[in-house]
Amino acid sequence: MPGRRFRLLCVASLLSVMLGARVAPAATPEAYDPWPGLVQDIFNNRPMNDGADVITIEMPYRAEDAAIVPVTLRTRLSPSDSRRVLTITLVIDQNPAPMAAKFALGPDANVTEISTRVRVNNYTDVHAVAELSDGKLYVAKTYVKASGGCSAPAAKNADEARSRLGQMRYRQFAQPGQGPASGAREAQIMIGHPSNSGLQRDQVTLLYVPAFFVNELRLWQDDSLVLAMEGGISISEDPNIRFTYVSNGAKRFRAEARDTKGHMFQHEWKIDDSGI
Amino acid sequence: MTHGVSVLALLLALGTSTLSQAQEQELPVSEVAPKIFVHAGETALMARENDGAIANIGFIVGDNAVAVIDTGGSVREGRRLLAAIRARTDKPIRYVINTHGHPDHVFGNAAFVSDGTVFVGHRNLPRALAARGQFYIDAFRRIMGEQLLDGVRMIAPTLLVDGTIQLDLGSRTLTLKAWPTAHSDNDLTVLDEQTRTLFAGDLVFLTHTPVLDGSIRGWLRVIDELSTLPAQRVIPGHGPVSEWPGALTDQRRYLETLASDVRKLVAHGEPITVAAGTAAATERSRWKLFADYNARNATTAFSEIEWE
Repeated sequence: MPGRRFRLLCVASLLSVMLGARVAPAATPEAYDPWPGLVQDIFNNRPMNDGADVITIEMPYRAEDAAIVPVTLRTRLSPSDSRRVLTITLVIDQNPAPMAAKFALGPDANVTEISTRVRVNNYTDVHAVAELSDGKLYVAKTYVKASGGCSAPAAKNADEARSRLGQMRYRQFAQPGQGPASGAREAQIMIGHPSNSGLQRDQVTLLYVPAFFVNELRLWQDDSLVLAMEGGISISEDPNIRFTYVSNGAKRFRAEARDTKGHMFQHEWKIDDSGI
Repeated sequence: MTHGVSVLALLLALGTSTLSQAQEQELPVSEVAPKIFVHAGETALMARENDGAIANIGFIVGDNAVAVIDTGGSVREGRRLLAAIRARTDKPIRYVINTHGHPDHVFGNAAFVSDGTVFVGHRNLPRALAARGQFYIDAFRRIMGEQLLDGVRMIAPTLLVDGTIQLDLGSRTLTLKAWPTAHSDNDLTVLDEQTRTLFAGDLVFLTHTPVLDGSIRGWLRVIDELSTLPAQRVIPGHGPVSEWPGALTDQRRYLETLASDVRKLVAHGEPITVAAGTAAATERSRWKLFADYNARNATTAFSEIEWE
């Protein structure tokens, strides 16, 4: 079960941090490249193909707010390509738990763009790995400079974050130049959640604040899967995913999220026929 | 045996810190009101070259005791502040007050750890230090180097402020007020009743682009309430000592502009990345370090305002 494997990875990274086993000295991130090890741990050492024609990853050159760094993934397969993108895995190499998210793209939804926000702890490569229906992995990467100043990958308003727990919002955006008839949609889902990373160490008790984050999210139009995400602690507080998809004429949009404490959050919205 | 070793280590550590204390030069301070001394932080990012000394920090001397307000961006800056205090008074330092938990205000705390000194902060400050302390130490070790970060420890307050408390320094009363989430979620102000001097921490910025690390809507509400405090002058967290409440004007305009620009972008369905590049652009020429902080503020504000 992929969810279980993901959690194991999280636990493994947590343990390695706790045991001080991270090889990368913070001062010289360039000296140590964690990527080969991550290919082994996350992708079982499967060969990585150049993803230039398959996927792009876009992030700001510098993480302005370490807790909220926007990332946009776009698939680049031409409509005539017979292959399909099955999953996209987002890996933030130098984060304490590098695997940020794994997105599964619904078979009939034609999702071509996914934007979300992540935490970035350090100067780091960020990799997007697409698995195609040809069974191969394709990789694209970018580099992000760590934020400076007092920005931290932690809550700004911890009480507010708790009070929003489980709230869900769905919003559909107008697509310029595309009438509703095209079926092309752009939408956003927001989930109120504090997303505690579990890696923050209490300086007084020297204990770790327990991890508490959204680890599963599924989105449907009627009963057809649009997008699913296995999330990790690198996803920002109040997970926010903006994506494109093609409408199948459904009248309902549905979201289901689960967090590490087993809370289940569900919501359903009527879709406006205008596509806006 | 273990005890013997720890005691020895402690003695060595004490010896070293006394030695370096004696060697530290006094931090330049000016007396902005009777017995209120302030070091004016450089308007810059924390760096190796400036010892992290970018925030306004200071101390107030009463008849019986001294209160320190923020300790600076490195233990070295903290020790230099201590040297400046000792050059002016031998009264005991009874309180070290942290206006909030950001590194430029708390990294010097370790220089003041001593019997009889009580650390004071917002009731949320221990939580913030727990969540962010290690990250700050790691991040600034990269930026400022091992030597300056050596000895930096997160020292959480033991006297917590929820609402308002008063501290007596001997014929001198300080009123401490803990604020709802604004610049951060652990902002605290200190008002010297006698001279009506307000240490506002980072609830007030002048010249230096305001930095949003809490709630933009909360901050605007707090500014309204702050403006009613019976102060004559303010020591902002960053920027020159100024008249009160006129000192709030620029910052209020900046935050209102940012909130209003971001609100429009959210309404138009623009993504967060557009906010980083365009919101509050009209404010660019009015502030220093705008390129370092405005995109961050816009990102932060967007993630709050989109929940309205």
